[in-house]
Amino acid sequence: MKGILVNYEFCTGCHSCEVACKKHLDLPAGEFGIKLTETGPYEYEGKTGKERWEWTWLPVLTKACDMCVDRTEKGKLPMCVQHCQAWCMYYGEVEELAKKIDGTSRCALLTQ
Amino acid sequence: MLFDYRAFLDSVDRKAYHEGEWQWEEDGYTVTRTYTYSAPGCHDSCGVLMYTKDGTLEKVEGDPLDPCANGRLCMRCLNLVEGVNYADRPKYPLRRVGERGENKWERISWEEALDEIAEWIRVHIDEAGLGRESIFVNHGTGRNISSWVPFLGGACLGTPNIGAIGFSGYSCYLPRTCGTAAGIGDFPIVDASEGHEDRYANPEWERPDVVVIWGCEPLRSNADGYLGHWLNVCMQMGTEFISVDPQLTWWGARAEYWLPIRPATDLALALAWLNVITSEDLIDHEFVDCWCAYYDELKEHVAQFTPEWASEICLVPAEDIAAAARFYANAERGAIQWGLAFDTQVDSIQLCQTVSNLMSVCGNIDRPGTNILVRNGFEINPGYATAQLYCDPDTFAKKLTVDLVHPGCVQFIGMADCDAVNRAFETGEPYPIKMFWSQGSNGIACSATAAPRVHKMLQNVEFCVVADPYMTPTAVAYADIFLPLKTTAERDSMRVWWTPLRAMKAVSEWYEAKSDEELIVALGNKLNPELFQKRWPTLDALLQDYLDVGFNIYDPDTGKSYKSAGRSKAGMVEVDDVHTDYWKKHHDDGECSFDALVRKGGYEYDDFCATYRKYEKGMLRPDGQPGFATPTGRIELVPFNTFTAWGIPPLAEHVESLTADRWLNDPEFHKEYPFICINGSRSYEFFHSENRQQATMREFHPWPLVKVSPQTAEEYQLTEGEWIWLENTEGRCRQKVTIDPTLNPNYVHAEHGWWFPEQEPAFPNLYGVFDCNINNLTASYETGFGGIGNPLKSICCKIYKCTDEVDEPSPGEVVTKLGGFRNDYVAGQPFAWTTDNTTREGGRF
Repeated sequence: MKGILVNYEFCTGCHSCEVACKKHLDLPAGEFGIKLTETGPYEYEGKTGKERWEWTWLPVLTKACDMCVDRTEKGKLPMCVQHCQAWCMYYGEVEELAKKIDGTSRCALLTQ
Repeated sequence: MLFDYRAFLDSVDRKAYHEGEWQWEEDGYTVTRTYTYSAPGCHDSCGVLMYTKDGTLEKVEGDPLDPCANGRLCMRCLNLVEGVNYADRPKYPLRRVGERGENKWERISWEEALDEIAEWIRVHIDEAGLGRESIFVNHGTGRNISSWVPFLGGACLGTPNIGAIGFSGYSCYLPRTCGTAAGIGDFPIVDASEGHEDRYANPEWERPDVVVIWGCEPLRSNADGYLGHWLNVCMQMGTEFISVDPQLTWWGARAEYWLPIRPATDLALALAWLNVITSEDLIDHEFVDCWCAYYDELKEHVAQFTPEWASEICLVPAEDIAAAARFYANAERGAIQWGLAFDTQVDSIQLCQTVSNLMSVCGNIDRPGTNILVRNGFEINPGYATAQLYCDPDTFAKKLTVDLVHPGCVQFIGMADCDAVNRAFETGEPYPIKMFWSQGSNGIACSATAAPRVHKMLQNVEFCVVADPYMTPTAVAYADIFLPLKTTAERDSMRVWWTPLRAMKAVSEWYEAKSDEELIVALGNKLNPELFQKRWPTLDALLQDYLDVGFNIYDPDTGKSYKSAGRSKAGMVEVDDVHTDYWKKHHDDGECSFDALVRKGGYEYDDFCATYRKYEKGMLRPDGQPGFATPTGRIELVPFNTFTAWGIPPLAEHVESLTADRWLNDPEFHKEYPFICINGSRSYEFFHSENRQQATMREFHPWPLVKVSPQTAEEYQLTEGEWIWLENTEGRCRQKVTIDPTLNPNYVHAEHGWWFPEQEPAFPNLYGVFDCNINNLTASYETGFGGIGNPLKSICCKIYKCTDEVDEPSPGEVVTKLGGFRNDYVAGQPFAWTTDNTTREGGRF
């Protein structure tokens, strides 16, 4: 089974995945194949440095997502993965993607 | 999860992306591998695959085989099709038929347009006994035009007066280049491997240990031609960060230290960091001993600027200042990424130089993973330096220079001085500006500080030409002739800003629009046929000249070479060989051409930016000796030579702006205007005033947003999305509230560059440009030393709700119909409430 691994610790919320997908699927305003969620920003009391703030972005696949099957069967990357500026998205077999998760950063494995 | 560039390269199916081809057919489309700018301009140019059908752009995607952006694209380029094919995009040259501001036009031919321009100049300037200095040429900051338009100004129109209308203090980028030129002789940018074609896999490259993101949000902006997400890769490889920013950014939330300094106190912080680093002896002794000058003088000077002293000014704990300084200085490889905030304060020129000292004393210069020294690829340097080569020296001598408004300051910048231009418009001194040529710029929507004042200057200019891909507020308000320009998709062009050299290949068509380059050729052959017939009779000749000599002069009859005498100097000097490094590399193999560059995939890296420790290798100095391109050959930590020549004290000291000084020391003023209004931070959707036509960008970001703190929202009973007025002594505008839980309650942040292409273009609305314009609240004529740096990003304001009782008259009505918010400005003075233009002793430059 194919999936998309998001190393979301590094997602910047730049919207490239959303727009790349919208353009590819030709979706109208308000509809998305992948949509960002934002958590925070809020502060953890008493924490300093990198531990002080929660401000996290994570994309969600909608029912409109078809994993860009028309692209991947030609050897191309899904639009969202190809255009991810933060370089935090990976496409592949979910078993292979799961092996990349090593506990050093927060990850999510997205599937249809 | 460790970032693995090699694994990425190995994972890309290069055949699927047609490696080795620059154009092919695919599913009924013609696909072109090229480079672009988000329409119409930005600071980067990323590798794209453009899909066209019957001359129309239909799809764009990033090119995973491009080493600059690796296929990753921002939302603006992903939405390029909407910008390029925007239904209301002008198709033909237009002549104004109604009054200015009525938005009434008639279609004319290019021949008519160019004839009319030429005739106007002949009758009203040349035969009227005026010089071409009476023409002011205005350009924007898109790197698709910011070298071409100055060249047009000098070579076609023959004026030395070229710049950005109303942009007091050259408050973008020039301070950083000059501040570093003075001390280092070259420009430093963070090494995220961008100099190497093999990027993060380059064997010499190492990721920085600590990067300071200072007065910059590189993810959203493109300071220094930089893609900020390169630093995200560094973070994934282990780089730690320090954020210096009044606002919490993505970086601040992930930084080891976030120093939320009071806006425009950066110099105090930098001096305190130097104090910590020198007093605790955290410097790189070998580098300072071998390569720097005046260290003892610097150390002695900064001894007074303790973290405790800076803490009082910056409003950040002294221990945090010291700890962050140590964190940067103790890094094996440290680097500093800076941005526009460095240019938008009265400390600007000394701030830029002082922060470059932080790089130098720590030895963070030109080593892998530090701040590397970069130049334009292949020594191709079009723009101001070459524009003045073709301006008559007697005319050039009349350039509007900084000493005209700030006596004692010395002009050392290629642009005409923005405040001297303001003064010429406002007073006709030392001569009147008769003609305004604006290209690739929407000044009153964007870069013009004191926008209502600029409107007063421009509304009566005798003749105005606006050239742009879109109809803009600037065009409707002032243009007599409108010239439609091509966007990136229709244009054959090239770019250098550092490396690599990149080609942009036209893939689509748009009616009668001309490219900026085609306009240069057409206008030059009309107005200056002797020069243009010889040098640039055609677009092909212009592009070839760009690659061969970068618009410098090589005389094939004598074999002699000439280039301009300097950025702010008239005339030319003879040099050994003015051919570019690209010509030297490719002349013999026949590859020195635009077409060849396109065919090889559209890019080529140069050796200069890829080489580390250039100062050891004799690559920086004109004489080929080791060292830096400074008078002493060393990095001048106190730039006695250059700053003194520029009329700038070489030892830096922090001062407050007039507004900040009053805000801090006048309780009545502070009570009336309780907020520091930071402004101008960028968003992903827009490049300055651009992209507002695009429905998809507006879906994500429909309205201008003013950030307020939760405390402010509670005090003023504000809800998310509510319109509020922002007002100070200069004027007011309105934006929509967004509540930022991390914002200091003493600050608000307003957006810039807003107008509404969907709204009524005619006066008084003028696309709503004045309604939301934060530059209704900024001021011109206030700068720091050298005429550099206007404090436009740290103004003050009050806020109040938009209600029927207070909403009339609208700012558009006030500015376009009622003479503006104020009628008591004195030319040369920023505010009506003081005759000073600086808080320094004496109050005047």
